[in-house]
Amino acid sequence: MRVYRYSKYLYPTLTFLVLTVAWALLVRLLHVSPYKMPGPLAVTRGLWHLALSGRLFDYTIASLYRVTWGYYMAVACAIPAGLVLGRWGTGRALFNPLIQFLRPISPLAWIPLAMMWFGVGDQPAIFLIFLSSFFPMVVFTMSGVAGIKSTYLRVAENFGIRGTAFYLKVLLPGAFPDILVGLRITLGTAWLVIVAAEMIAVKSGLGYLILDARNSLNMDQVIGGMIIIGITGLCLDRAICMLENLDSTRWLKIYR
Amino acid sequence: MTATNKKIEVRNLFKSYQERRTRKRSPRDCPHQHECLVLKNINFSVAPEKFTCFIGPSGCGKSTLLRIIAGFEKPVAGKVLIDGKKVKGPSSKHIFVFQEDGLFPWMTASQNIALGAGKTSGPEERRKQVEEYLDLVGLKGFEKHYPHELSGGMRRRAEVARALITNPDILFMDEPFAALDYLTRLQMREEMLNVHAMFKSTILFITHDIDEALQLADQLIILSDRPGKIKADISLPYPHPRDLGTGELSRLRKEIYFLMGLHPAL
Ligand SMILES: Nc1ncnc2c1ncn2[C@@H]1O[C@H](COP(=O)(O)OP(=O)(O)OP(=O)(O)O)[C@@H](O)[C@H]1O
Ligand SMILES: [Mg+2]
Repeated sequence: MRVYRYSKYLYPTLTFLVLTVAWALLVRLLHVSPYKMPGPLAVTRGLWHLALSGRLFDYTIASLYRVTWGYYMAVACAIPAGLVLGRWGTGRALFNPLIQFLRPISPLAWIPLAMMWFGVGDQPAIFLIFLSSFFPMVVFTMSGVAGIKSTYLRVAENFGIRGTAFYLKVLLPGAFPDILVGLRITLGTAWLVIVAAEMIAVKSGLGYLILDARNSLNMDQVIGGMIIIGITGLCLDRAICMLENLDSTRWLKIYR
Repeated sequence: MTATNKKIEVRNLFKSYQERRTRKRSPRDCPHQHECLVLKNINFSVAPEKFTCFIGPSGCGKSTLLRIIAGFEKPVAGKVLIDGKKVKGPSSKHIFVFQEDGLFPWMTASQNIALGAGKTSGPEERRKQVEEYLDLVGLKGFEKHYPHELSGGMRRRAEVARALITNPDILFMDEPFAALDYLTRLQMREEMLNVHAMFKSTILFITHDIDEALQLADQLIILSDRPGKIKADISLPYPHPRDLGTGELSRLRKEIYFLMGLHPAL
């Protein structure tokens, strides 16, 4: 039990601590120019300034707002679509090629179109997040449905579970292990995409923060922005992982 | 036998599966070799409320036969009649307890059992019914447990309860106790007999265990190696409890061992 606690909180902290010290020492000893690599102290100062001006908070919220909307809309459309397509052969034949064709196109390639359609602001960014999340989520859900043991489908048929009940009580939980993986990976991608999108399409958010800081050669703020992105991404991932550890999802253990 | 005396009738039933080939062949060369015959000309009938056991070597098509009777699969030839009507598909009056674990892992024991509970009755009534069946199979206190939190024997019991709560007309059981230890299996055997006496369902039961079949069955059907044919269709009109060590049953037991190419005494 003690070892477990240590490995859960102490060890990660230790890793970050050692890295920070090594970073500080390297910058100091090698006399690195602050324009190439500011030290941890300078970065902390930069972040402090950003925090005081209120921009740090506003921009983080702006990015989260876009990711949340795009991601939730994508998930809300993709899971039902994936469940239906997972069961419906004709639908799969109709739409799967389209999905597989659109999926490898980077959401960033859509930026010009998104800006033409939605102008500048939250909407194109949300649209891009939607695109980046929707297709992978459909594919994950479909493969989740395909992976449901045929015995369970037979049992459902045997007990006359049909319609909505079939989708909610059999398909959704049956595909849930894959859906969960999809939710996690997709959220990671969404967070990657938002930063890139904000460098081009909008004038707020963490991506914009980094671009803006670079333009004024505030490298401490650039790195500060990167750190905030990393921390926020980590928190988002943790939040998804909590879904696995609810009391009502403890049955997921058997799939690990 | 008159028509009313037959709950299930299987007539001239054939089943084959497409053989999977890694290398594609031209459709011209021997199309019949792509088919793997599993069941060959099966004929038998089962009287209402009887306990019928099926034994036969592994892979001879026992599960396939039961899946066809239950309506999950179609035969390539022949037909299955239940109550004189051709089987069209699965029915919630004919419950199948599958060879593999069939409890939904995402539902607790009581949620699983509630799947079979009366759809017309109110929630309070259903809850009572589920409780009653949990109790019947000795799972009281485990209603909130997920299948992976139950032992193998408890899972099987929960599955049996889920089947029984529907008050099935026919109960199909595909080696339901094969994965259990010897003692638990003996205990489950006894419980099956009680269940049969109580519920009066027609039961079709697959087993690998000759003794189990002899203790449970009113009718015993022995299948041959693949392609499965009926090797013997034996009626066992003996009262319970049955002692396999003496009398007619002991003689029959020896006969069945020989019939299956085994030696009863090693
Ligand atoms: N869906 C399928 N596709 C192709 N072949 C199948 C399929 N299901 C079963 N078979 C084949 O049919 C034969 C009989 O299978 P079945 O499961 O009915 O055997 P069984 O008598 O129940 O065996 P066991 O006692 O080991 O459970 C096997 O040779 C198997 O390979
Ligand atoms: Mg079998």
